[in-house]
Amino acid sequence: MCTMISQQVAISGSGKGAGGWFTVRQVSVSYDHPFDVPLEYALNLDFGNEALGLDARVAVELDATSARALVATIQAVLARAEAGGYVAPA
Amino acid sequence: MYRTDMYEGMLAETTTLAGAGGETINAYFARPLGPGPFPGIVLIHHLPGWDEWYREATRKFAHHGYAALCPNLYFREGHGAPEDVAAAVRGVGGVPDDRVLGDVAGALAHLRSLPYLTGRIAVFGTCSGGRHAFLAACRVQGFAAAIDCWGGRVVMASEELTPKQPVAPVAYTAELGCPLLGLFGADDRSPSPEQVARHEEALKQHGKTYEFHMYPGAGHGFFYHDRPNYRQEAAVDGWRKVFAFLARHLAG
Repeated sequence: MCTMISQQVAISGSGKGAGGWFTVRQVSVSYDHPFDVPLEYALNLDFGNEALGLDARVAVELDATSARALVATIQAVLARAEAGGYVAPA
Repeated sequence: MYRTDMYEGMLAETTTLAGAGGETINAYFARPLGPGPFPGIVLIHHLPGWDEWYREATRKFAHHGYAALCPNLYFREGHGAPEDVAAAVRGVGGVPDDRVLGDVAGALAHLRSLPYLTGRIAVFGTCSGGRHAFLAACRVQGFAAAIDCWGGRVVMASEELTPKQPVAPVAYTAELGCPLLGLFGADDRSPSPEQVARHEEALKQHGKTYEFHMYPGAGHGFFYHDRPNYRQEAAVDGWRKVFAFLARHLAG
């Protein structure tokens, strides 16, 4: 690992991978060498479920600007959902 | 040197070996056909995993006359597409240094057991594999030469140490047991030129045999033809230096 910048968090949801939808139980977030996006380093998201094996994976690789935009957009959408009574306050 | 009127044949296949703790792991092996004897080389794969680039590199060494063996350091983490396995390893902070050294020692022992080896065996790695190659050259007895291509975290601050990487490899420099070739890019941040200089200082301090080359205009991973950091001139020159270094230190 070149940067060792990686954290995992347990989550609950569904992801659609190469084999179809599966239950997602954790996401690894790293800032390190990507596999595909043509950058030296990227913000890498690996949604998975250890119980289903390594093939159960949805991978996304973003540049830092895009990752920050994603974080801000997620927060903005959750705020609107909270304001509309769809989501309980954190 | 291969000539166009020479016969060339190669065996290349996955095999198994006894790795750390005597556990069986798989590996990719390639050697020239014929009785040899051939010098050997252990390849330590990089962050992206036990992947196609490392299969190509293993066959490249066989094309150049080496019995080349690349253990799957991620065997215990599971199986699937190399990217999926490597992503899982990345998610848990890599693999333990001690286990890597056990697997590398197992690969060395496996090569030594073959009847067509000269007995002179090198270790090669890129990225995290370069770091592990230097670490192995210090801590595993029996390598005749070591090649560290842009291995980051050889020099590590105390706050960077982890349970899986508890000691900075540079701390073992006094135990380096063979000549070392290091290839680095001046634009790399891990290792940075300053970290490479500190590594070199430790080698000088301990009177080690080494040669370091720093390529201007190149960053991390400049051999990787399928990544944006590929640098054609540096890669061609780097590979020439690799094979010249091996010819000098594995001859006889």
